[in-house]
Amino acid sequence: MTGFFERLFGTGGNKGSGAAARERLQFILVHDRINLPPEQLQAMKAEILAVISRYVSVNSEQVDIALQQRDRDSLLVAEIPFTKAIDTDEARQRMADPEKTDNNMDDA
Amino acid sequence: MTAKAGARVVTITSGKGGVGKTTTTANLGIALARLGKKVVVMDADIGLRNLDIVMGLENRIVYDLVDVIEGRCQLRQAMIKHKQFPELYLIPAAQTRDKTAISPSDMVSITDKLRPEFDFIIIDCPAGIERGFRNAIAAADEVLIVTNPEVSAVRDADRIIGLLEANNKGPGKLILNRMKSDMVKKGEMLSPDDVTDILSIKLIGIVPEDENVIPASNSGVPVALNENSKAGIAFRNIARRLCGEEVPLMPVQDTSGGFLQRLSRLFGGN
Repeated sequence: MTGFFERLFGTGGNKGSGAAARERLQFILVHDRINLPPEQLQAMKAEILAVISRYVSVNSEQVDIALQQRDRDSLLVAEIPFTKAIDTDEARQRMADPEKTDNNMDDA
Repeated sequence: MTAKAGARVVTITSGKGGVGKTTTTANLGIALARLGKKVVVMDADIGLRNLDIVMGLENRIVYDLVDVIEGRCQLRQAMIKHKQFPELYLIPAAQTRDKTAISPSDMVSITDKLRPEFDFIIIDCPAGIERGFRNAIAAADEVLIVTNPEVSAVRDADRIIGLLEANNKGPGKLILNRMKSDMVKKGEMLSPDDVTDILSIKLIGIVPEDENVIPASNSGVPVALNENSKAGIAFRNIARRLCGEEVPLMPVQDTSGGFLQRLSRLFGGN
């Protein structure tokens, strides 16, 4: 989506090619440093989300899993909001298996 | 790294070729010698010898690094004394061999022999990340990474920093070479802050683009000997910082001249 707007309006107003260099490098180096191409990173994110979804109900539209840099270390930062409403079936299931519910609560 | 006694071994590397490793090595050698230090500069680029010509010593070569390693001469015989500084020496690379002619342990044993007699051993690393790079960093106490404010050079610098860390030689310090402040001002070049943010390592010097550098190589008299060259000043400042002196980084100056020059241009001068 950003790509679309960037193409539509040029690279953000009066920013010169220096800013483009910075942005492109930041993107490239994230992948260079962990030696993981973007497609595989995408596949990994989907798998992580699938695993989490097996245990809790996830608001998949607001999921944000991204690589970040802290000094020279790379880290995967995930923000995975759960859906609020607990439907009655799910609530009943949790009542029946309180131990599992506790574990889930701890992880969250 | 546990520091060995005697000289500090400083390797100049970059990953990418053509960013100014050899120029930097030659100039730091000269600048350190000007500060009264005992210095050896060593060309580790076996097969692509160049440090000799940049320093104006190409006519004096009899033996080279590979001759020493293969026992055809004594270490002293391969050390070429600089014309102007009697305590600055060059050990040239072999021109007719390749990187496999030396090993990382050869570099360690040669530098260990030199350490007691010198203050600094500066090693000019070949481009690339293969054998030549491993040879050049094997003996290093510290590593300086030369880069240009340009995407390909910065990307390669990042790769080199990663490899240095993996070899317990990192992260090293950065020399940003060929900076054009007027382009930075126009937003058409990565700024020093951009580059240090992206690479997350410390800067030890910014060397401005300077038209004196090519004539200096042409004549074999490095810019560190030129009192008026901005690049020369920058290299001399890096040498002082290497010696532990606190020298503030030069602000990114307008290469179009100082205030007076700009003023005179405004009123029709030059």
